[in-house]
Amino acid sequence: MGDLDNLLASREMILVAGSGGVGKTTIAAALGIAAAERHKGRVLVLTVDPARRLATALGLDEFGNTPTRIDPSAFGDAGIKIRGEMWVAMLDTKAGWDELIRRHAPDPEIRDAVLANPLYENITSRFVHSHEYLAMEQLHDLHARGDFDLVIVDTPPSRNALSILDAPSRMVEFFGSRLLRWLTVPYRSRLFTVASKPFYQVADRVLGSRFLQDIADFFVLFQAMESGFVRRAREVEALLVDPRTAFVVVTTLETAPSHEARFLARSLLERRMALGAIVANRVLPRELADTAAADSAAALLDQASGPLADQVAARLDAPIKQVRSVLTQIASRFDDVALVAARESDRWAELAAMAPTMASVPWLDGDIHDLAGLGRLAGYLRDA
Amino acid sequence: MDAKGALANAFDVGELTFEPTEVAPNLHAMAMNTEDSLREYLRLFVRVPLLGRIGPLASTFDFVADAAPGVKEILGVGKLCWEVREQHYDLVVVDAEASGHIVSQIGAPRVIADLVQVGLVRDQTQWMLDILDDPDRTGVAVVTTPEEMPVTETIELLARLRSETGAHASAVIANRVLPVMFNRREQAIVDRLDEALPVLVDAVGAGARTVLEAARLTESRRATGAGHLDRVRAWIAESDDVAADLPIVTVPELFARASGPRVVSLVADALTDELDPDTVTSQRGAGRG
Repeated sequence: MGDLDNLLASREMILVAGSGGVGKTTIAAALGIAAAERHKGRVLVLTVDPARRLATALGLDEFGNTPTRIDPSAFGDAGIKIRGEMWVAMLDTKAGWDELIRRHAPDPEIRDAVLANPLYENITSRFVHSHEYLAMEQLHDLHARGDFDLVIVDTPPSRNALSILDAPSRMVEFFGSRLLRWLTVPYRSRLFTVASKPFYQVADRVLGSRFLQDIADFFVLFQAMESGFVRRAREVEALLVDPRTAFVVVTTLETAPSHEARFLARSLLERRMALGAIVANRVLPRELADTAAADSAAALLDQASGPLADQVAARLDAPIKQVRSVLTQIASRFDDVALVAARESDRWAELAAMAPTMASVPWLDGDIHDLAGLGRLAGYLRDA
Repeated sequence: MDAKGALANAFDVGELTFEPTEVAPNLHAMAMNTEDSLREYLRLFVRVPLLGRIGPLASTFDFVADAAPGVKEILGVGKLCWEVREQHYDLVVVDAEASGHIVSQIGAPRVIADLVQVGLVRDQTQWMLDILDDPDRTGVAVVTTPEEMPVTETIELLARLRSETGAHASAVIANRVLPVMFNRREQAIVDRLDEALPVLVDAVGAGARTVLEAARLTESRRATGAGHLDRVRAWIAESDDVAADLPIVTVPELFARASGPRVVSLVADALTDELDPDTVTSQRGAGRG
């Protein structure tokens, strides 16, 4: 088994991926703290989670596209000794797109025309997984600037984990696609193109020529930025398979998220991208699945109404009726929890077989809402 | 709508298609498919004469639908509204997309009406809006689990639903809720049970420690979850975006080993116990998978 500390030391980019709701953002922040505890240098955590919760937990009012440094004294107050610097930034899709258009537009007129197009916002927020692409793009940008020793990216939750991996190549494909060619055919020549004539006729009737024209206008402008976009997308794609990049897959040990995690781990392998570690979050203690515990629970259920209850009641100076009820409840409910723990330990083993490093974070009382809580999480990750 | 095969598994039928399958007497199931929906749309409304030509057309439309706002969504939501309008069924239950996408899905007729100035599709948005906006015909049941993120997303969805889509929320369904194990007096005993641990270990073995730990963990999980559900409750009471009496229906954690028809019937029993048949007229459901 590898070591998460070494992973944080040897890589320059870490992408944290997994299904929604498994605690990805929190784990990404904790990895940032773990890196800053262990190593000197500048660590940036780039999140896509617009929730204020992370900002609050990090002791910030809010943060945006521009990296913000977390006050070193805040770590001291939370009992965390850090050697490096920790910075955070949030991905802003709209601002990210505007910036991309500004960079790749061949001249100011095209730039302004794209930004002013009525469909611009609507289209960029939807097509070819633009959110995922933007996350990749921003990562590339930060890496190219060289301001940070380690960048940790909390990737957008996607229904399909692959969309983040394939976003750059989809962008390249889009520019070479038949769709873009058809959309950008001048309106007059459309009805004379034999292959696509039925398409235009039906599309006109259903969607209206005006809407199609709006779409065409946008993509004609967009096409002018092809070379810039395609070059960038290729660079971003290269970054994903770069040896300095690694993925950390976060999951809980429930059925659906762990299934998705295994799928993601296999997909990384197929694409020759590096799986650095799998982090199992909110894990039940393994001893819950032990036979010894099950035997004790069965014995407790047998004795819950007998002399044992009297002994416990005497020791606690508590009413016998309630003690009986408590012992019966505790013993009879144990099987349910033990069953879940058994399933979890089976899934843990399946995931561990795929990962060079496997870390577990136990289910912690309540939710993480401050720096000290994140520090505790970082401790579990480093102990893996 | 989310064709990952989960619904087919739930009913234990091989594979569901756009063509409905009767999975139980009077219960039909289908899986949404944009291309089939387009095919049906073209046949019904545009009367495209040559069926052979639809094939390549449909795949091209799929391309357009990827880039053009609202097109894919309207094909899905249009099909649902069509089934309701034609009264093919008494009740249409929709396993909608996850909460992050549901607004753009149900809101598609509005987006289309805003963006498309002329054309067949625009003319057809009004009757869809009439169905979606009518609380007697359409209700959104938001499904959540008692955890931080799902509850936060539920509140965000409830806040946006009415204003951005016109549809009304009809219930919040809290799934996998852990039952209360102890009353207040019992809880006081549980909190001090460590003091009696030597007695317990003597009587039932060293595993007693783990058994206590399991009870404590479960209770702590339950309490944290209950706190999150309280957030929804408080939000509903204060908000102007939903009815003040929006019900929160709970389905207990089943700890069941298998998925499929067995679990479905257990959940159905739990829901039946919670629902008053006179007050529920919901036609649509939304939520997390």
